[in-house]
Amino acid sequence: MKKTYKIDVDCANCANKMEEAACKTAGVKNAVVNFMTLKMNVEFEEGQDPKSVMQEVRKNCKKVEDDCEIFL
Amino acid sequence: MSRKQKKMLIRILAAAVLLIALHVIPAAGAARFVLYLIPYLVIGYDILIKAAKGIKNRQVFDECFLMAVATVGAFALALYDRSGDYTEAVAVMLFYQIGELFQSYAVGKSRRNISDLMDIRPDYANVERDGKLEQVDPDEVEIGSVILVQPGEKVPIDGVVLEGSSSLNTSALTGESLPRDVGEGDEIISGCINLSGVLKIQTTKEFGESTVSKILDLVENASSRKSRSENFISKFARIYTPAVCYAALALAVLPPLARLLALGMSPDWGTWIYRALTFLVISCPCALVISIPLSFFAGIGGASNAGVLVKGSNYLETLSQARIVVFDKTGTLTQGVFEVNGIHHSELENEKLLEYAALAESASSHPISRSLQRAYGKEIDRSRVTDIQEISGNGVTAKVDGREVAAGNDKLMDLLGISYIGCHSIGTIIHMAIDGKYAGHIVISDIEKPHSKEAVKALKASGVRRTVMLTGDSRKVAEKVASDLGIDEVYSELLPAGKVEKVEELLKTKKEKEKLAFVGDGINDAPVLRRADIGIAMGAMGSDAAIEAADVVLMDDDPLKIAKAIRISRKCLRIVYQNIVFAIGVKLVCLVLGALGIANMWLAIFADVGVMIIAVLNAVRALFVKKL
Repeated sequence: MKKTYKIDVDCANCANKMEEAACKTAGVKNAVVNFMTLKMNVEFEEGQDPKSVMQEVRKNCKKVEDDCEIFL
Repeated sequence: MSRKQKKMLIRILAAAVLLIALHVIPAAGAARFVLYLIPYLVIGYDILIKAAKGIKNRQVFDECFLMAVATVGAFALALYDRSGDYTEAVAVMLFYQIGELFQSYAVGKSRRNISDLMDIRPDYANVERDGKLEQVDPDEVEIGSVILVQPGEKVPIDGVVLEGSSSLNTSALTGESLPRDVGEGDEIISGCINLSGVLKIQTTKEFGESTVSKILDLVENASSRKSRSENFISKFARIYTPAVCYAALALAVLPPLARLLALGMSPDWGTWIYRALTFLVISCPCALVISIPLSFFAGIGGASNAGVLVKGSNYLETLSQARIVVFDKTGTLTQGVFEVNGIHHSELENEKLLEYAALAESASSHPISRSLQRAYGKEIDRSRVTDIQEISGNGVTAKVDGREVAAGNDKLMDLLGISYIGCHSIGTIIHMAIDGKYAGHIVISDIEKPHSKEAVKALKASGVRRTVMLTGDSRKVAEKVASDLGIDEVYSELLPAGKVEKVEELLKTKKEKEKLAFVGDGINDAPVLRRADIGIAMGAMGSDAAIEAADVVLMDDDPLKIAKAIRISRKCLRIVYQNIVFAIGVKLVCLVLGALGIANMWLAIFADVGVMIIAVLNAVRALFVKKL
């Protein structure tokens, strides 16, 4: 399953870091952060609950880039 | 400017004023240090906090960290030297923030520019309820509803015109400035702007499936598919920042130690630490990290403004390397609007033969079938036709009024073992056999598009080495069209599978760096569109299959746009390479100068902020494609 979330982040490098962090989160198959459109496309693994996975993704992103936000 | 940006601007101005004021105020010793600390903290407190948080979260090597270390280091050095020269430390932070502000402003600006270009999202649909007009969310309109579009409004949902006639501005979709006239019964696509009359439209799709939604979706998701250059840059940044940090550390520690231990000279710590700090300021990777995606984003935005939808940065990259362009003929180079030009050797009355042909082909939506039906001109009674069998690439057989009718090309006649009379006219020949006996043939011909010849020439001029045409049509027709248009090679009488094979052959023979583009117009070209290095679909207006399978979609049917798309991609890629070479080059030179002690902190600030501003301005150029 794929979902798109709106994000807010200030710099392109930070967006790259968010992407990396999101990809490493358990339950996420793949994640692509688009800095120009401020969107995050997340592909979840089978049988995962997007809501709880996204909470983790958000936490991990905050860890690498304090100043970011994912609108869930 | 957003609130965040305004706040930053105020901080920058305040810090700048303070800094200038401090130049006039004579203060020395500790008082001077404390005074200079004020503008420093005003401008840099958030950077220091972020750097601290980064360390806490084990994300050490980021820009904030570089800046924090460089400026705190500069302060420490000024204290150590007792020089009292704190200006540099504050200035580095100040200019860094100016750069960041500029960057966020430029990115926000181009983000808005591009969304303005793509300002085709309709906000509402007018639905008539109980004799009154109501504005509803287009999402809520069901298929088959009747909507009203007034002059000046956008068509919100794809449909068919029930009542009224008007001209439509399609420029947001196609880049075409000439308005298009529509009348009763015409299909209409969403995203156009109604110019003159009121139109009553019966919707044929849901909003989410309508052209406008699909296009917006495509453009918004386009930059998610990253190009090789973008991947290169993000990998580069990942290695580069830590590498530079360690290099700076080495620069600060090793030469003084070497001087002290090996050469027996004074270690000169101050100089080397200063050089290391300059090193850190220069090294910031932001110019690269921001300008490359921005160039692609601007390129994609500019292209969509010209009526060319590119589905991702990677496709823009591939497109710029296209050296072989393979065309489908029908609908791509020719209009795909066939006309019946003659009926020869008919055993029946001409009208009767045409009637049988139209009925037999009634189930097909192939342009040829449609032209037969058009030439027949009367309502088609489907109940008269049974047992329709389509033989792909050959024709159809069916029972019409109980009689066995076969309509198709030479191959179909061979297949059925019916002898036929060849035709000397150029065009598509539909042989007819009724009850196993030859009954004559119908000549149908297609018209070349007005810009096809020019398009082939323009492709050659923009560096395409080889043009190839593939068609299911007969050799005679294919060769005539090819020689008219100036196409290098022709392969005719191909079935859809044959087209894939031919493209695969061409893919094998091309040089490694060259890319092969296939231009086609729809459903039966889908496999080839996928197989080619880059698939370009003609005329997204109407054909969903084209949008799905292709990597690049030309919004109108004009083949001239292919060359334009290639030129746009080249310009964009040129800008990308300029930025990569310029940013890395300037940084490397400054790094060397910094290590040798020739570059001071001011040059370092230019190498960081100046390079970034220039790179961003250069990136925005990719947006302007009108004159290409």
